[in-house]
Amino acid sequence: MAAAGTCGTGTRSTGSMVAAASTNNVTSFQRRGPRASGADSGCSRLVSIAGTRPSVRNGQLLVSTGLPALDQLLGGGLAVGTVLLIEEDKYNIYSPLLFKYFLAEGIVSGHALLVASAKEDPADILQKLPAPLIDDSYKKECDEDVCSHKMEPDIKMKIAWRYQLLPKMEAGPVSSSRFGHYYDISKRIPQELIETSKWHGFFLPEKISSAFNVESCSLTPGYMKLLQFIQNIIYKEGFDGSNPQKKQKNILRIGIQNLGSPLWGDDICCTENCDTSHSLTKFLYILRGLLRTSLSACIITMPTHLIQNKAVIARVTNLSDTVVGLESFIGSEKETNPLYKDYHGLIHIRQIPRLNNLIYDISDVKDLAFKLKKKLFTIECKQVHGL
Amino acid sequence: MFPELNNLLNTTPEGAEQGKLTLLCDAKTDGSFLVHHFLSFYLKANCKVCFVALVQSFSHYNMVGQKLGVSLTTARERGQLVVLEGLKSAVDIFFRPQEEPHPLQFLREANAGDLQPLYAFVRDALEPVDCGEAAWRCPVLLVDDLSVLLSLGVGPVAVLDFVHYCRATVCREWKGNVVALVHDSGDAEDEESDVLLNGLSHQSHLILRAEGLATGFCKDVHGQLRILWRRPLQPTTPRDRSLTYQYKIQDKSIFCCEPSSEPYSL
Repeated sequence: MAAAGTCGTGTRSTGSMVAAASTNNVTSFQRRGPRASGADSGCSRLVSIAGTRPSVRNGQLLVSTGLPALDQLLGGGLAVGTVLLIEEDKYNIYSPLLFKYFLAEGIVSGHALLVASAKEDPADILQKLPAPLIDDSYKKECDEDVCSHKMEPDIKMKIAWRYQLLPKMEAGPVSSSRFGHYYDISKRIPQELIETSKWHGFFLPEKISSAFNVESCSLTPGYMKLLQFIQNIIYKEGFDGSNPQKKQKNILRIGIQNLGSPLWGDDICCTENCDTSHSLTKFLYILRGLLRTSLSACIITMPTHLIQNKAVIARVTNLSDTVVGLESFIGSEKETNPLYKDYHGLIHIRQIPRLNNLIYDISDVKDLAFKLKKKLFTIECKQVHGL
Repeated sequence: MFPELNNLLNTTPEGAEQGKLTLLCDAKTDGSFLVHHFLSFYLKANCKVCFVALVQSFSHYNMVGQKLGVSLTTARERGQLVVLEGLKSAVDIFFRPQEEPHPLQFLREANAGDLQPLYAFVRDALEPVDCGEAAWRCPVLLVDDLSVLLSLGVGPVAVLDFVHYCRATVCREWKGNVVALVHDSGDAEDEESDVLLNGLSHQSHLILRAEGLATGFCKDVHGQLRILWRRPLQPTTPRDRSLTYQYKIQDKSIFCCEPSSEPYSL
């Protein structure tokens, strides 16, 4: 049942080679330069960055979102140089989880982090990240859940079934050379992992209090400061290839929480015709420009359900690369609907980018639901009972 | 370019018409395959192309171009292709102040500016130079896409003015072509986008509209392509001829067929 050639990290290179040979187009696989990086940086070195892997389809460099099931749905992972926009669920209960998974994956893979928030201090956010599961304990979680499930035991992880067949590796510390890890939400990440990681925090109330003498621009001051901060980090730490002396290339994972909410100084969620209506879209455009020219990937959570102007939501979607929407059942009539009784909400893959390609891997499955168990967040095909 | 699309449009690179404005439009789907088609089509037709690439990076277009049989890097080196990379330039203007006027200068301004610098850039790029070497067939301006300009604070009237100026210079004066992509926001009630789309539809000679299927996602058919010829050059042909096809995009080609009368079973 398991397609042995394509699962697991050890075989990924051979899997890709097979693909290249079959398409008879060695050049397009052979590290033609992941589009994201500054094109002048040496391509051969990029493949060896921890926590990344080239896409099977076109050699695009991918990073894991921290949720292997979501990686599957996005065609293998999040492409370096792109933006993942998460449309928050109504009460902002589940989107912070995806945000935390992304950051935790960055710490475990040894990537640099940049956390921006207007609500919470980035240091506090990092303290609350979930703990990574080492292989043996994950298998135990699997078995426990399977036994307690009254229905068919193989419902779980229908999409991510490959990941259920974890290689029987060492029981030691989590191996960071793997792509995609599992996390235990009920436990906090060990303090030493945070301390050894390289992270930068942007907490808006701290940054905005100092007087700034930037010329007037139609970006709100919060966005302006954030862009300058991001650009500064990318330039100083050499993620845009500007410092070729750096010995080891690394990925910068950027996480921006609640972008567009009034806490950022943007009233796009408050009124339909606001003065700063182009601030958010300009910000996204310039951010994408920064990402495309550096080795970074960004996750943004945005309360789109608060945005009054539908045109803005459409524009924001067009300006992002990957868009995933979360719809929770809390407070809606679906909560009592027997069809949805096993799940907490629906997950909508609204947009997947076609990068370096005319087509993309689109999953055939369109009805996806998520469930938050005690320790895990899982995504499954919606089981329609009674039919 | 897609030979199938050439057949539908009844054109070839050798016999490409001149002096036309082609509008590419997408609704509920991604119409960028049309941009890739026309980019490779005009490069193969030996035209001088100015490509205003606002949405993706140059290497993205280059990699897709290679699948369609053209090398953008070679064309750029030869002088056949001039590219304005929007994403890269935006970062340059925003963080490093420029002295000379930059085509995307409006990004720095608080008020929605006009697109004069962008027009000047296009004009300088496509101006026919008679210096005796192998002349290109005709100048072509390709914009991907105009809706991004609306998101960046430019008003729809300013964008229409820009297209008007480009048409006057590129199409009328220099007998070239202009191709632009605009997103149709559908029911998102985007008034600015509607103004832009309607204004351009009236001016265009040819409209290609890629629409997502009304019934939703389907694996075998990616969407519907509507081709509308307006203002035909010969007075004898009937006005406003239109055709509809369903298409499926494959790795290096596109498969078109007549719409079937039966609904697809999923």
